[in-house]
Amino acid sequence: MKWIGITLIAASLLLPPLFAGDFYINLASQILIAAIFALSLNLLVGFGGMTSLGHASYLGVAAYISALLTSRYGFGHGTAAIISIVGTTATAALFGVIALRTTGLGFLMITLALSQVLWGLAYRMSNVTNGDNGIAGLTRPTPFGISLDSAASFYWFALLVATFACLMMTIFVSSAFGSSLKGVRDQPRRMAALGFNPWMIRWITFTYAGLWGGVSGLLYVYYNKYIHPTSLSTTSSAEALLGVIAGGSGTLGGPVVGAALVLLLKNYASAYIERWNMLLGLVFLFIVLVMPRGIVPGVSSLTAALRDESR
Amino acid sequence: MTPQTPNHALEVINLRKAFGGLVVTQNVSLAIRPGERRLIIGPNGAGKTTLFNQISGDLRPNSGQVKLFGTDVTQLMPYQRTHLGLSRTYQIITLFSGDTLEHNVRLGLLGLRPSRWQMWRPLSFYSDVATEARRILDTVGLLHLANDPVAAVAYGEKRRVELAMALVQKPRLLLLDEPLAGLSNTERSQVKSLIASIPRETTVIMIEHDMDTALDLAETVTLLNYGRVIVDGERDAVVADERTREVYLGT
Repeated sequence: MKWIGITLIAASLLLPPLFAGDFYINLASQILIAAIFALSLNLLVGFGGMTSLGHASYLGVAAYISALLTSRYGFGHGTAAIISIVGTTATAALFGVIALRTTGLGFLMITLALSQVLWGLAYRMSNVTNGDNGIAGLTRPTPFGISLDSAASFYWFALLVATFACLMMTIFVSSAFGSSLKGVRDQPRRMAALGFNPWMIRWITFTYAGLWGGVSGLLYVYYNKYIHPTSLSTTSSAEALLGVIAGGSGTLGGPVVGAALVLLLKNYASAYIERWNMLLGLVFLFIVLVMPRGIVPGVSSLTAALRDESR
Repeated sequence: MTPQTPNHALEVINLRKAFGGLVVTQNVSLAIRPGERRLIIGPNGAGKTTLFNQISGDLRPNSGQVKLFGTDVTQLMPYQRTHLGLSRTYQIITLFSGDTLEHNVRLGLLGLRPSRWQMWRPLSFYSDVATEARRILDTVGLLHLANDPVAAVAYGEKRRVELAMALVQKPRLLLLDEPLAGLSNTERSQVKSLIASIPRETTVIMIEHDMDTALDLAETVTLLNYGRVIVDGERDAVVADERTREVYLGT
């Protein structure tokens, strides 16, 4: 049963470039990028109990640093990538110190405010960021001399990075530290009484989530070859958060499914329905009503119930 | 600095805590010897749990000092006090209800180990942690439920998990907040013998309403009322004291 599932997932990841047209391959690449982003947000929301409305900051910061370094300052992609990941992680570490002064709603509002500051900077500092025009004419990296300009080659690259990211985040939440993190999410007071430092555990997780948000940001800017302040906006943060919650926060598959759903609705349904946002809203309403814990936990408890029935 | 040889496991000096106009701890001072069994009694609202919360660091006092084994811990965070050898249980059960009993106890061990920062190896891979956790579960008579989630076990069993999580840390000072609350008679005598079997290296301070059981376990008793220490001393002296009867019998 488990092997069938793994084979199906592997097939659905490996087949697109072989059969599908460029439109679908590109869509699949975007889903992979969104999946990394959603998984990194899920470290906060699902495993840390820290609901952030500013996670797009890290995607945006990484994308902007890379875009500026390669287009304006003549850096190579390798160096630019390292600097942008380090810079994004440092940003997350700093923002974490500020946002983690509170938890719950206060935390949500501070993350929102911090991301709005960055969005405002990207918009207004037009001499650096080119403001509302965004930065265009960017290039994709050529790792080991391999061009990533075709849809298929970029997909393979994104798949490699996404697999690695997913693996690293899975190890993180399954580790002893992951147990500390889940404990702090569920009973922070008890965890402190047991000898854990809740603040430090949250801060490390916040910073780590920022790092992987940055990785998704790099892929994002490579894919689009363009960056605009919108990528830093509350809308992108909220979309990812919706995806995580709809897919099932605190699970590993949930955010991936949720991110895919948002992107499919956005890219696919919008071709047929003008008010695709309304459709998105209705779909989420349906999920929240029928499967309050999200699609992945909902479906797995449904199949478990069916299996019990058939016995 | 002279090396400190603590004469006391815990010293509370002129502790004061007020919530707005309501003073819940008024100049409380306590001195508890290493290995002592101290019972804290007092009517509801006497400030017993508030006192515990200030000793464990969950609450900061407005003034006064808390010293653990001679070290001033008044400004330390709860987890720092735990690393100095303090463990506590809660009056209101505070467990990880979705996790197994074994996992709950393992967290008690993890909290004191550097491996709580380990980011690639799952907690379940530490066989020494698992062995120790299961040993403690056996001591409290819950080994047969080790793999059940806390949410699925009975109230009396949860109370014992509370105790197991503290005991597994081998604390030098253990604060027990109503460990017998809501237990049946059989469970009471089980938990009582459990507490009685705690080694002397551990100093025990216990809040308990069930005087019949708790007095057997105590050597010294402190009576609190309206946030003040009313009587403090050897068990029999406190029990015989006029003021104890006054507070408890209301005459």
